[in-house]
Amino acid sequence: MSEPSGECGSGCGCKGGGDDKLFSRRNLIKGAGITLGAAAFAKALSPLAHWTREATSVDEFLQKHYRELTKVDLEVVFRRLEREAKQQYGADVTISDHRPQAGVKFGYALNLSICIGCRRCAEACHHENNHDRATSNSYIRVLEMTKGSMDMEKGNVHYDHPVPHPDKFYMPVQCQQCDNPPCVDVCPVEATWKEADGIVVVDYNWCIGCRYCEAACPYHARRFNWTKPVIPKEEINPKQSYLSNRIRPQGVMEKCTFCLHRTREGRMPACLEACPTGARVFGNLLDPDSEIRKVIENKRVFVLKEELGTKPSFFYFFDE
Amino acid sequence: MAGEARIGKIAFGGVIALIGVVFVGVLVWTWLARNDLKPGPKAEEPSTPAVIHPVTIRTPAGIPRVATGEVDSQGQPVTIACATCHDTRQPNYETRSGTTLKDFHQGLHFAHGNQSCLSCHNATDYDTLKQADGRPLEFSQTLMLCAQCHGPQFRDYQNGSHGGMQGHWDLTRGGRTRNTCTDCHDPHHPAYPEVMPVFPPKMVRGETITPHGENHP
Repeated sequence: MSEPSGECGSGCGCKGGGDDKLFSRRNLIKGAGITLGAAAFAKALSPLAHWTREATSVDEFLQKHYRELTKVDLEVVFRRLEREAKQQYGADVTISDHRPQAGVKFGYALNLSICIGCRRCAEACHHENNHDRATSNSYIRVLEMTKGSMDMEKGNVHYDHPVPHPDKFYMPVQCQQCDNPPCVDVCPVEATWKEADGIVVVDYNWCIGCRYCEAACPYHARRFNWTKPVIPKEEINPKQSYLSNRIRPQGVMEKCTFCLHRTREGRMPACLEACPTGARVFGNLLDPDSEIRKVIENKRVFVLKEELGTKPSFFYFFDE
Repeated sequence: MAGEARIGKIAFGGVIALIGVVFVGVLVWTWLARNDLKPGPKAEEPSTPAVIHPVTIRTPAGIPRVATGEVDSQGQPVTIACATCHDTRQPNYETRSGTTLKDFHQGLHFAHGNQSCLSCHNATDYDTLKQADGRPLEFSQTLMLCAQCHGPQFRDYQNGSHGGMQGHWDLTRGGRTRNTCTDCHDPHHPAYPEVMPVFPPKMVRGETITPHGENHP
């Protein structure tokens, strides 16, 4: 194996001494390759630069997790968010902080014998929680189910005929506020957690939008803000709470909070007040005289997908 | 030499013990400082004693009047009180439908079991209703009239699981308004009517609908 003298040594057959010539074919190809590679890299990163420039202010970027903010910090954050709502939507809104009451754990029950599937709850949710008008988003999906089946995966949401159909029943599904919430377990940044009154909340400013929680939720209860919500100024609900119905930024998850901005003030959720048939029962599970406790104690209640061990705080029942 | 070796051994053992203590200390500190299970602060308790706010049941409109089909000179429909006609007519306990009547109530859609008109209306005073035992009942008290037959519904109503409501779940912080029976049920044909659903959900990109539903939500 005698190497022929005068070759570069890689066995490529070229004539040796390439380092003598700056503009050899080899160097030109190398140079072109490096230039193309660098251009492709810059192009690939450019959306990131665009995104950071557009959406995130320095204050927002440096904001701590909700649970680490002091009362003073929170005030600063709320005023900033109110200013942003004014700039971006032209609406005068009030953002406040609603905390759980001691001795309260929320429960919700829905009477499937009474629900007629009119979807007024979903509509009320849409307006109460400042949902994107373009996608008609709502935290509630009303499933039309065939009598005899309890499999929510077989439910149809796109029914379009007078209701109730005699062969069907109607099952609205929203966040079940699980006591063992899989969505909280999978969040890689602890942007979602369960509060003392049982409500699973999201810090929209801490969420990184990975959508793991959406995949983990067996009730399809979480929604992703693919776009910045579009809401006409005059339709914005100005009474907002940091953890619930304030207008969400683009690229974060959101979910039903049992209207905590109402319920933590002692009021009923918007979906309950909108129900024309009175199919919904809401209250404090820790109060033995509450309506919700009477339902659980006297009706045959069931929870969705009990076998998954999620321990929902949302109950369904039929009249005998 | 032997003494130096012993001192070296003791020093070595001390360093190992120190490392162990620091390691365990850090573990314990991290465990104590974990905040993933802390649910955040609670609201301050109100210091004032709790007042229970009232639950108001909506009252039905008072004594009904019947439209004559005429309009007066101002264009307002002319209505008359029940007694205008019924004071001078013999009650017919057999009447079960408006279609058999000659003067008024012909268009009345009636579908409420096998009841006759005078099962609920009081033939001796048409400005009141009649309970099953014959005692009169004001029109504002219709809830109790319905409750005579619809016991399970009345029980559920009292337990708060039948009938719509508005207001507060927490009566220490505000009152509540509850619907009465006739807000949702027409007493002459009480089955809840069919309605067209509102607010149809929009299709998510990539979603398909099979002709008979059964699609993924």
